[in-house]
Amino acid sequence: MSERQLLSGNEAIARGAFEAGVTVACGYPGTPSTEILEAVVRFKDQIYCEWSPNEKVAFEVAVGASLAGARSIVTMKHVGLNVAADPLMTFSYIGAVGGFVACVADDPGMHSSQNEQDTRHFARFAKIPILEPADSQEAKDFLRLGLEISEAHRTPVILRTTTRVSHSRGLVTLGERQAPRVVGFERNPSRYVPIPVWGRKMRVRVEERIGEMAAAAAVSPANRIEWRDRALGIVAPGIAYAYVREAFPEASVLKLGWSWPFPDALIREVAAGVKRLLVVEELEPILEEHIRALGIACDGKNLVPTIGELSPARLLEIRAKVDGVPWTAPVPPAEAADLPARPPVLCPGCPHRGIFHALGKHDVIVTGDIGCYSLGVFAPLNRVDTILCMGGGITVAHGMEKAGEKRRLVGMVGDSTFFHSGITGLLDIVYNCGASVIIVVDNRTTAMTGHQDHPGTGRTLMGEPTVSVSIEEIGRACGVRNVATVYPYDLKQVNEVLKTALASQEPWLIVSRAPCPLHEKKPVGEPRQVRTEACRKCKLCFKLGCPAIEAGADGIPSVNRLLCAGCAMCAQVCPAHAFEPIAKT
Amino acid sequence: MTTEIISVVFAGVGGQGILLASEVTARAAMAAGYDVKTNEVHGMAQRGGSVIAQVRFGTAVPGPLVPPGGARVLASLERIEALRYAEYLAPGGLAVVSTQAVIPVTVSSGQAVYPADAEARLRRVFPRLLLVDAVAEATKLGQARAANLVILGAVAGELPLPAEAWTEAIRACVKPQHLEANLKAFAVGRALAAGGRG
Ligand SMILES: Cc1ncc(C[n+]2csc(CCOP(=O)(O)OP(=O)(O)O)c2C)c(N)n1
Repeated sequence: MSERQLLSGNEAIARGAFEAGVTVACGYPGTPSTEILEAVVRFKDQIYCEWSPNEKVAFEVAVGASLAGARSIVTMKHVGLNVAADPLMTFSYIGAVGGFVACVADDPGMHSSQNEQDTRHFARFAKIPILEPADSQEAKDFLRLGLEISEAHRTPVILRTTTRVSHSRGLVTLGERQAPRVVGFERNPSRYVPIPVWGRKMRVRVEERIGEMAAAAAVSPANRIEWRDRALGIVAPGIAYAYVREAFPEASVLKLGWSWPFPDALIREVAAGVKRLLVVEELEPILEEHIRALGIACDGKNLVPTIGELSPARLLEIRAKVDGVPWTAPVPPAEAADLPARPPVLCPGCPHRGIFHALGKHDVIVTGDIGCYSLGVFAPLNRVDTILCMGGGITVAHGMEKAGEKRRLVGMVGDSTFFHSGITGLLDIVYNCGASVIIVVDNRTTAMTGHQDHPGTGRTLMGEPTVSVSIEEIGRACGVRNVATVYPYDLKQVNEVLKTALASQEPWLIVSRAPCPLHEKKPVGEPRQVRTEACRKCKLCFKLGCPAIEAGADGIPSVNRLLCAGCAMCAQVCPAHAFEPIAKT
Repeated sequence: MTTEIISVVFAGVGGQGILLASEVTARAAMAAGYDVKTNEVHGMAQRGGSVIAQVRFGTAVPGPLVPPGGARVLASLERIEALRYAEYLAPGGLAVVSTQAVIPVTVSSGQAVYPADAEARLRRVFPRLLLVDAVAEATKLGQARAANLVILGAVAGELPLPAEAWTEAIRACVKPQHLEANLKAFAVGRALAAGGRG
């Protein structure tokens, strides 16, 4: 028997890339997609892989590889495809040479995302096929299928997972690696250059391709009808299939793995064979609207929620509605009704905390960004006023200033975010005579997504040493005259620099630099303890929002030794000097 | 071998080692010849947030998520997190709960209160409750971080998986330098479950 391994959906995609002879893999981190490239790097002897500075760059690099004849993949989370939408839309016209699959991970339920967009819209928008695996085995199989479709129909393909596919593990049967394609770009401008005269011809091909692919989807092994009882038929793409099978074991099911171009022949067949048709799809009613457009009556979003992810519990509710029986949702016990919320928080010893603490002293607007420092929005820090998208921390500040906002504007981005899409915003501020104070919280890693390297870290995904690009030098090259570097654990220094910057009428770039202790896997300094007799119960230490500082019943803080990272910010904010290092014994 | 699908839910606070506990369980089930599916929370919630991991095994497991009332065991590395996810536990199922309290920042900053009667609540909600001072047990072994394996040892007593499958799984998941302490922690948890109230 061939070997079986327990793999997450993301690991299975990486394995699929290895087996299918992929030689170039690019991406930018983003939950829930990140682990794909982290698993691909295990095959780095045979697959070139890189963290690109952002998704647009990653996408374009993978396109280059495809045009040269190689099989390539690019990975990102759903919002990453917005950043890469420009190359996506035109690569659809040009078409792939070596198989090209964009692995895009959606996040229904917004476990780790700022929105819940449905990538299936992008497939239809770009007129390219989309595959939706239901589990890890399919994730591996569909990666190969995607490359084959890509080459057969000369199209980029989207492999869409969701959080529950990417982050669930299942048993996967392994196979051998097939020989990679021969690389050699064939010059042919009419094929690769979409200037209008040739682009118009490509446009026609794109439309013809849709019909060919719809026919192929109808006979693809990725799609199948499971005939059971004919009273009810259910159309279920992706992981919805798994939930449907468990909640409706007796129903006939059209399982869709290749969902666009819509396999009309299969849809018509299942609809004709059952009394009642139900579409169970996560997020948008994309299939449902199409099925109705075919003139077929069906249930769908009247019974299945549009907002949030599907789950076994939701399927039980849907089942009750289909059966027309009353539904009583399981009630949590009364003992759980008043539990304190436990949102994610900045870790003990997080260097970002020093910046938030300093900002707390000023009446300024802080336009934040996405990264661990977005957690500064929660009490007691309360120091993030807006978040839009990666890079927006810089540009939104500039827009507010130009609109005439009276308070000083502080834009905040992380190091990885700065390289992703912060540089152009900084350039805009300088070029257009803005005066925002931009703080780059440089913890030497892409922390929020699990510590990936980026152009500032001096290391590539494949582990090679490389240049460590200087944020300060980029700032100066963009024309920023006031560039300062601070050590965020030194609250006095942070306060002074911030005060100077806020008092000036010019743009500032402040780089707050200290490595993420979670990534370094070592404490910042010696853990602290509280001399209770010294404590004046002023509660200033609690304003740090440090998880290691716990409130005693008497209002006196205590330090949780298991958690304390020894950053000593508590010692700096305490007017009574009550936080002392734990003496070494 | 059983034909039903057996589900386990692990709860706790990001960073406590839930992912390891679920991975070991999944590998043990795999070593015992079962089909396995798991689901784990990555990303944002890992930063000190409330997290769960789910493991399901049987002859053929359709999906990774446990339905409400579907878990044979609910294991929690933090005491009130067990209450938060109580609805996953099947009637008659076992709750294995670490006595450890991790105080959320919402409490230290005065926005919320950590229930003082957590233990009484646990006893009311879970007719079959095994409370374990997992941190103390692990600390005795010189490896406070192995509290997750103590809890896992207690969970193991409730699952139809052979001892060798567990050992093999722990060996596959733990770094060699921590292996001995983790195997001991697992054995301690197992013994506590066998000797304690179930
Ligand atoms: C377009 C886009 N790509 C990826 C992500 C996922 N993501 C969220 S935060 C983040 C990076 C954060 O790194 P950094 O800016 O260095 O901040 P840190 O978390 O290290 O504090 C990423 C990649 C996203 N939200 N949007």
